Amino acid sequence: MKRQNEPRYIERVREHYRRRREAGKPVFILGVETSCDETSAAVIQDGTLVLANVIASQAEVHKRFGGVVPEVASRRHVENITLTIEEALDKAGKTLEEIDAIAVTYGPGLVGALLVGVAAAKAISFARGIPLIGVHHIAGHIYANRLVTEMRFPLVALVVSGGHTELVLMKEHGSYEILGETRDDAAGEAYDKVARALGLPYPGGPHIDRLAHEGEANVPLPRAWLEPDSYDFSFSGLKSAVLNTLHNASQRGETIEPANLAASFQASVVEVLVEKTIRAAKAHEARQVLLAGGVAANRGLRAALTERCEQEGLALVIPPLSLCTDNAAMIAAAGYIDYLKGNFAGLDLNGIAGLPLSDRTMD
Amino acid sequence: MRVLAIDTSNLVLSVAVVEEARVLGEMMTNLQKNHSVRLMDSISGLMDELNLLPDELAGIAVAQGPGSYTGVRIGVATAKSMAWALGIPVVGVSSLQAVAMNAAGFSGGIVPMFDARRGQVYTGGYRTQEDGSVALALPERIVLLREWLDALSEEWGDSPMMFLGDDVAMHRDLIAQRMGRRAVFAPAAFNHPRAAHIGWLGIRRLAEAGSPHDMVPEYLQVAEAEAKWLAKQNG
Repeated sequence: MKRQNEPRYIERVREHYRRRREAGKPVFILGVETSCDETSAAVIQDGTLVLANVIASQAEVHKRFGGVVPEVASRRHVENITLTIEEALDKAGKTLEEIDAIAVTYGPGLVGALLVGVAAAKAISFARGIPLIGVHHIAGHIYANRLVTEMRFPLVALVVSGGHTELVLMKEHGSYEILGETRDDAAGEAYDKVARALGLPYPGGPHIDRLAHEGEANVPLPRAWLEPDSYDFSFSGLKSAVLNTLHNASQRGETIEPANLAASFQASVVEVLVEKTIRAAKAHEARQVLLAGGVAANRGLRAALTERCEQEGLALVIPPLSLCTDNAAMIAAAGYIDYLKGNFAGLDLNGIAGLPLSDRTMD
Repeated sequence: MRVLAIDTSNLVLSVAVVEEARVLGEMMTNLQKNHSVRLMDSISGLMDELNLLPDELAGIAVAQGPGSYTGVRIGVATAKSMAWALGIPVVGVSSLQAVAMNAAGFSGGIVPMFDARRGQVYTGGYRTQEDGSVALALPERIVLLREWLDALSEEWGDSPMMFLGDDVAMHRDLIAQRMGRRAVFAPAAFNHPRAAHIGWLGIRRLAEAGSPHDMVPEYLQVAEAEAKWLAKQNG
């Protein structure tokens, strides 16, 4: 009756990795992303080629609440998770049999939402002995650019989204140094709050961007440069200034043209983001400037950063809109670097709401 | 046929592997935390002990709720993903029924409950069946404990009732006061859900399992933001 001990999980994973590396075939990574309100799964080849990138967006669900409700998002994730993964594999024409590793976002983000993706990725990894990789969400946003063009180091990445505003220096693959970050609101958050004050629907970013192009930046608003040598950001003062401007005008019975206010707000945000990015790129002799995150979809920001990089002779990479917002292709792209190094996570991988970028789960 | 059973829906974490007529192995801890970190290692550890590979499983049974929203989701997401990856069926079992199974054989009413805050409990009424299991007699619900005790008195009259679950302790005084000598309190070990019961209940329903994609938690209540929004619409 007694048979030989079956291989334990870690041995099955090592054997999987060894066999695939020896075969020397293209590497297919399955990416899983559930950090906020998009359930996403993707399959990418060799870290650069997107075979499938399925995004089950919940934007419509959360619209009526005026923002993402964590419990509602988590419920949707658990309903959609396996369907989304299956759809990505089908679209890529792959089966789990052909997948070399599973890369999953484990932070930062909404913890209840993260846990669904992490639980699913761990379960599939255990079931099939497929190596598991934990990916930092911001690393994912940066690596969205590698799906467009090869990265050249050192590079400076500006990551801007509803939850993040960071300037990151990368000297090589998988290495991240935060040069600056927001001390209060993320840029995207400030957009949402100002949009609400202007009576625009959620999410406010695209509406302000559109309105800004119809108006003139003629309302004086502050720019938060902070200390002269700082690469940090601050947007709460600007947000308050916008609210005060609206309030004071209404007290005096005046009206402010919303398009002009939107244009002035956007000009203030964009100028600080762009100038700090340029200064950081020059100080670190960056060979590339990358833009990443949901706010990278902002036309005003794209135009201003493009113009300033051209002036300064800096090479700028901006991912297409579909790769700017949360998606699993970027997570798989970042995970590929760990795959090559054999940096795998254990079955105790956890979702961590405030995961720092420098933190690596793997040994 | 071997079935893996999982319960992370409340404070206890329990996993088991069962066959039709026996339990091969079971692990239960009451550390009250970190289900996300510990669940897969617990499954992996138990299966290593049993010298089993994942593809030797014929199905998965999971505690589907009610309970902690996050806890239920960790169990359900894990179970449905594993089942999907292995191409095997997954069935959900009520987290309340899992606890009620501890009282199988009791001739009175069986009342499992989990605290749901603000004086409310997740609960239902179970009765012992001839086949040794327990079946639902009073539908599961989220209800004010005071109202529930009144309902039990009305439904079950003078019959003895066994109250089960870790959270019974915090409500024991109220239950004893309202139910008097009809209330029976279970020994401590009966209050914890056992994955072996979930496996045993699940294995008998494996044939009726749908696609793993359709496996979703049973929260017994909508999200708070959703409830507020609905209330506003109905103004």
